[in-house]
Order: sequence, then structure tokens, then C-alpha cells
Amino acid sequence: MATEYQYHSNIWLEEPEAENPFAARACYCRGYDVYGEVVRKAGWFEYLLLMFKGERPGTGEPELLEKLALVIANPGPREASVRAAMNAGVAGTNHSSALMAALAVGAGQYGGSQELSVCIGLWQECRFDFDRWCARLLNPSDDERADIWLPMEHAPGFDPNGDVTPTPILQSLDLLVGLAPANGALAWLKANRQALEQHVGYPLAMSGLAAAALVDLGMDPDQGSMLYLMLRLPGAAAHALEQKQMGWKKFPYYGPAIELDESGSNTDSPEATRK
Amino acid sequence: MSHKRLLDTEKRWVTRKGKAYLSDRVIVHGKDLHKELGDYDWIHLYLYAILGRDPGENVAKLLSSFWVSTSYPDASIWPNHVTALAGTVRATASLSLMAGLSISEASIYGRRPEVRALDFFYRAGKHLDAGGDLGEFVENEKSAGRTIYGYGRPLSRTDERIPFMLDKAREFELDGGRYLQIALNVHSYLYEKYGYSMNVAAVHAGLAADIGLSCQEYQIFGSPAFVTGLAPCYQDARDRPEGSFFPVRCSNIVYEGPAKRNWSA
Repeated sequence: MATEYQYHSNIWLEEPEAENPFAARACYCRGYDVYGEVVRKAGWFEYLLLMFKGERPGTGEPELLEKLALVIANPGPREASVRAAMNAGVAGTNHSSALMAALAVGAGQYGGSQELSVCIGLWQECRFDFDRWCARLLNPSDDERADIWLPMEHAPGFDPNGDVTPTPILQSLDLLVGLAPANGALAWLKANRQALEQHVGYPLAMSGLAAAALVDLGMDPDQGSMLYLMLRLPGAAAHALEQKQMGWKKFPYYGPAIELDESGSNTDSPEATRK
Repeated sequence: MSHKRLLDTEKRWVTRKGKAYLSDRVIVHGKDLHKELGDYDWIHLYLYAILGRDPGENVAKLLSSFWVSTSYPDASIWPNHVTALAGTVRATASLSLMAGLSISEASIYGRRPEVRALDFFYRAGKHLDAGGDLGEFVENEKSAGRTIYGYGRPLSRTDERIPFMLDKAREFELDGGRYLQIALNVHSYLYEKYGYSMNVAAVHAGLAADIGLSCQEYQIFGSPAFVTGLAPCYQDARDRPEGSFFPVRCSNIVYEGPAKRNWSA
């Protein structure tokens, strides 16, 4: 007999085995029989889009998501979230610690999922209005209230530490535009990239490119953020395991680089100004 | 901007926060951890580390009581529930506690309401300084569609932590501040006009404002706050049979999505 402790879902239906109410005989995702049909007939990205969007994706959408997943699968060992995972891996911590570290660091506002989320929010607001984009990119935090997230410190989707648009971003933009709608966000971004870069003063970042691709896939800020977090984990995992094998003696130790300034107080530190 | 600013910190990180001179000494904000700070209790040291100054014994004790007031070993509370789920599937102790803490930065409890409540009182104070009226400020927030954090409580009408906290504030002689009074005045206004109750987030934030914590300092201070409630929930689930923490039968997923359909159709 069912208790009152129920979870409600528009995604998932389970039918129990006759002998055990806690074991599923069949599982349905958005109405489709997962183990009877979906697993056999769908691709991974088709299934992902079904879960997130509620309907089977349109023509070309799984291919666009798959190529985006390839583009962001490994940000490389210099990137902060991967470095975080490598720190976990080299010390022999749990696998999930490595991924939790990668998720937390990869959630940030500089290159992470929060930046991407802000970008998708700007897409919803600015659409293809160049002037509006120009205004909002330079003033992305329009709520004067303090929050658990700090105000953005740069134009979302662009890299304030960049000089020129990195070649992999240009290569990926060209590739993804070819898989996206001709009148979509990626196409608009490609057409306006240089003008936007000139306006903000620094180049497009991977977060900005990924945001446009996810907008073309119909993702809102929450959905886009979740996918971005998930799809960047493979590199973090692989590099964490690699450093575990490599060993800590080959891993950089920054002790000598930390230099204590004992000349004054902390009252002029950046945090002291953030009331 | 350009990459050139990165060159300054590629191989050198100059800091005033501290440094561990391994095999020798550890400096925290200019003081020797073991020789000068070794008698601090942990929360006091945590505050010193966050603030870069000693906030004083009474402030440390009052803020310690923030954590005491919310150390609930009840597995129905969402972060505790997550930790118990980790226990029932035999995740490690650290992973279980971190999983619970990670969801304490929520929107309907924990860090966001705390930060927003503190910010609200600071902004209310500025409004009053400018000659404004408190009720007017509250109404402006409401008409902007903003939640007044610290008032109302999702699952109950009263908050048993409030008398505890007010007693502690009196005990440590920190109950006479401006912002605590604003918190109480906002409650009077909201209760009389809308029947809103007050929850401890308002009292905590009012006291934190009187202490002078910034929103960031308050967020950092609160981040580990639920850990004492989490630990027993982890142990409780860990000590029972695997998978036995509130198992969910198939029929208790109430499906409200599209009807069954064929993939090929």
C-alpha cells in the first residue's frame, strides 16, 4: 500500500515487478519505454534532450549537442575546474571528491556555469538586439541587492584575460554554426562577434560560445547550466586519474610562490570593500 | 584588458592572509597560529580567519550560538536528508557531510535567505538614515516582487530558535543594536499588516548587522553551520541496513507527464 511520501514527476514513470514494489519492471521517460525502446533506438544526446526538453529533439539538435559536448569535454589541465580535479586525483582522494571539486570550481562566474547561466539570461533578454547586448554586457548585474553570487566582474561570455579570440573557439564557432539554425543565436554571434569583442574590449570565451549553442537548443539558464556542468566533467575525470598515476612528486607545489606580506593590515583587501 | 595582468601572479602570490612555514610556524593574519591563537576555540578562530581581526569573546560566543541554534539532527531537514541518503548507500563520511553542506546554500533556507536578510537590513538602515520610513521601505520591496527574507517559515508559524537567540544576545550584551531593533520592527509591521511570522534568519541577520559583518563574511561564516546536525543523520542511516532510509516504491513516483507512446511513432 502506497504511503503519502510521494515524488511528483513529468519525466519518469515506473511500473513495479509483481513480487517487489521497490523494483521497477518498466521505466518510461516522457512516455517512452526506456529499456524496451529508448536504449535500443536512441542516441545518448537524443535521450539527454528528451529528458531535459520533454520531447524528442528536432532534426540536427542531437548532432549540435554532441559536437558541443565534444568541444567542452576537456577544458584541459590549465583550466580551474580541471586543476581542482587534478588536485583531488594526485592526493588519492575519492573519485567523487574530484568531480565535486570540478563541479564547484566549474560553477564559477569566470568561465563556469554561473557565467553561462547569466549569458543565457542575457540571450532571453537581448535576443538579436545589438545595442541592448552592448549595454547589458557592460552592466550585467542590475540587482543592487547582495546575493550568494557576487556581482559579475566582466562581460559575461567574454574573457577579460584574453587578447585575441583563441583559435579553438573560432574553430568551434565555425563548426557549431554549421549545425545550428541559420537564424539562431550561434549565427548571430558569429555575425556580431568581432563588434561585440571590440565593444567589451576582450575576446569571446568558451562560456559565451556554449551559451549560444544551448540557446539554439532551446535551453533556459537552469537547463544550460546543468548541461554545461555535466558535459565538462570528462576531462576533469581523466586528468584526475592521470595525476593519481603520475604521482605527487611531479605535481606543482606552490609553497615557495606564496609570499607573506607582513607590512600592514588587511583593511585594504578586496574583501574589506565588499560589504 | 589582456593576459598581461596574469604574468604578475603566474609564479608569485603575495598575500597578507597567512602562510604555513612548514616545520617552523604558521601565520594567520599576522599572528602565530600555535603560539598566539592556540587558546581560541574553533569558532573564534574561524571568525578571526574570516575577519582578519579578533571580534572579541562575546561576539564569538554569540555567533557560536547561531550554529548551536540550528544544529538539528533531524533527517527530514533537506541537507540532513541528503547526508542520510549518503549514509544509507554507504558513501564515505566526508562525502556525506559535504553533500549535505553543499545544499545548504539554498534559496528557501540557509545561505541565500541569510545573505539577503542581512543585505535587506543594511539597505533598510540607509533608507532610515535618509529620512525614510520603515513601512515604506518594506512596501517598496514587496511591490518590486522581492521576498522579505527572514519572515514567514515554510513549514511552521513559529520559530523556536528566536527566544533562544534573543536570550543569548542578552547574555552576551549584544541585544541593544540598531539592526536587531529594525528586524523586530519589520516583524511588527509585517505581522500587523499581513500576519507574517518571523524566523530566525531575521534575528540572526539583525545581530550579524549589529556586529558589522559584511554579506560575504556572513555567508562564509554560515557555510559550515549545519554540519553538527548532519553528522548524527549520517551515522543513523549508516548504521541501519543498506538502502533502508525511507525507500521509495515505484508507485510513489506520481507521474504527471505525457501518456505512454512508441518511439517509432
